[in-house]
Amino acid sequence: MSRVGVVVFPGSNCEHDVVGALTTLGGRAELVWHAETDLAAYDAVVLPGGFAHGDYLRPGAIARFSPVMGAVAALAEAGRPVLGICNGFQVLTEAGLLPGALQKNRGLTFLCQPTTLVVASTRSVLTRAAALGQELVVPINHFSGSYVCDDATYLALVERDQVVLRYRDNPNGSRGDIAGIANEAGNVVGLMPHPERALSALLGSADGRVLLEGFLAAADDAAGARALVAAP
Amino acid sequence: MRVDVTLKRGIADPEGATIERALPALGYAGVHSVRTGKAFALVIQSDSEAGAREVATSLATRLLSNPVIEDAAVTVVGVA
Repeated sequence: MSRVGVVVFPGSNCEHDVVGALTTLGGRAELVWHAETDLAAYDAVVLPGGFAHGDYLRPGAIARFSPVMGAVAALAEAGRPVLGICNGFQVLTEAGLLPGALQKNRGLTFLCQPTTLVVASTRSVLTRAAALGQELVVPINHFSGSYVCDDATYLALVERDQVVLRYRDNPNGSRGDIAGIANEAGNVVGLMPHPERALSALLGSADGRVLLEGFLAAADDAAGARALVAAP
Repeated sequence: MRVDVTLKRGIADPEGATIERALPALGYAGVHSVRTGKAFALVIQSDSEAGAREVATSLATRLLSNPVIEDAAVTVVGVA
């Protein structure tokens, strides 16, 4: 079974939810402190939500210089699944692992509500198990979630199928209703909504499952590929 | 040293827009294009003003601003 590392920055607060969600879905997930500089033991990594380093300066601005980020970049470069949720998405953009930036919400309101997402691409480690056009109800919980980028970046994102999730009813002013994007290879994904909080219909929605199940399957694939390389 | 970080032109500034909307109620007419930003004050030890400016510009670009959405301007306030 694959091993997923869930990075804990000072100020992260969704790491236990992520570990719990991945474990519930049959995965193996462990917390990794941000001072760690080697993630070679992990097949995939998640940067969870919260307020890394207090979100001082800008969300993600200081977290991108955390010691662990070099190893996260190495994992991304190696093609292993990297997922940034909410604050984790902000960290990935600040670190330059994903294009664009997350700005304060249009309307300057902290948004904490269920949103309906539309799957815009299934070519990423997060959306591979979902169907194109599928609608998923997943909650958001953020103040700086309005995705911005310049025209050239936006066109490139659309052209290369890197927009993976869009809001059906844009809550925060994100360009192109973008809720989540991937890098060109599809192994690095960032999204503002919290799939780890949508695991049970009793608690509102179970639509996060298809996303995290896809991510775990991608982690298992990465583990399988590494086992093949390691075999004599 | 002083570093001013402001949103690039074309990037929405909801805080600036909110401030601008409040101004007429306070009796200020004809004020527009309100943009918000952050100002940083730093003391840099260096052999030369040019050297200090270089350090300030570097850290302003790498840390204090996000070049995707913000511009940073460095001003030398005084030399001790």
